[in-house]
Amino acid sequence: MVKKGFILLMIVALGFMLWDFVGNYSSKTELADVSSHYVEQGPEELGAANVVTSVVVTYRGLDTLGEVTILFAAAAVVGLLLHLNRNENEQRREGSELLKTGTALLFPLILLFGVYVFINGHLTPGGGFQGGAIIASAVVLSVLSDPNKKAGHTALTVIESLSGLTYVLLGAAGAILAVNGFLDNRILPLGEYGSLLSAGLIPAIYSVVGLKVGSELSSVVISFKGDSKEEEV
Amino acid sequence: MNIIFLIIAVFTVAMALYAVMTKDRTMAVLAAGATGLFASILFVMMAAPDVAMTEAAIGSGLTTFIFFFALRKVKRGQKNG
Repeated sequence: MVKKGFILLMIVALGFMLWDFVGNYSSKTELADVSSHYVEQGPEELGAANVVTSVVVTYRGLDTLGEVTILFAAAAVVGLLLHLNRNENEQRREGSELLKTGTALLFPLILLFGVYVFINGHLTPGGGFQGGAIIASAVVLSVLSDPNKKAGHTALTVIESLSGLTYVLLGAAGAILAVNGFLDNRILPLGEYGSLLSAGLIPAIYSVVGLKVGSELSSVVISFKGDSKEEEV
Repeated sequence: MNIIFLIIAVFTVAMALYAVMTKDRTMAVLAAGATGLFASILFVMMAAPDVAMTEAAIGSGLTTFIFFFALRKVKRGQKNG
């Protein structure tokens, strides 16, 4: 009874705290200073048609590096914990005929779409994280359709480490060669606005991020599947 | 536009509530995935396709499968122990 009273009290207190936001809410009609700088100057400064990308990769690039690091730590811990009690010789029921045939058709297409999304991150919606997640969903499909298939854990780890290293090196190159410091994309020419090879370093950085996120999420999924027979190095 | 928006928003909240309330684990995971899917439709309607893609791929796709894999592992552990 006392516990329920406390819960009720907490809910009322929370409602009281949040009421101010709801009651006095009015939608803004213009952007704040920093946002309007991003929207108005962004395409000119960085040459990226997708403003979200120019914010994520360049203006707030350090945050993206932090996110990628967190994802890396999460994937590493999942791999470590599930590596400890894996069951090597368990045979898993195979997917149905429909699932297997569908996967054979869709797997390359989904993979290709993921790559398309992160290569075109500076032009169309999407980017490294989205493309990586799409690639990982293709891996989920293949894991479901054939659970006994050997997973190339080593290859995934190598791709992940190499792309992570490249990301940091590209950022450092921005710090050394360009005007505005770490992760500046203007060490390559900005190119023609709206074409695939434009926006300086952004396509390169987003491809690397896409590969990294894709391999990390895939290795998380494969670890969760269990019995991944790791190729000994 | 506004009515469709409201309907989807209500669905999102309903799915989230169902995921919390139900006793059936499988249905809870599925409902959480559906919450993500409806939320990603809302993101598209609010002109945030970047967020919508992430939400659809991770929120409703990957997490659902990871939950199922984890549930299976937990059940197997209960049988052995």
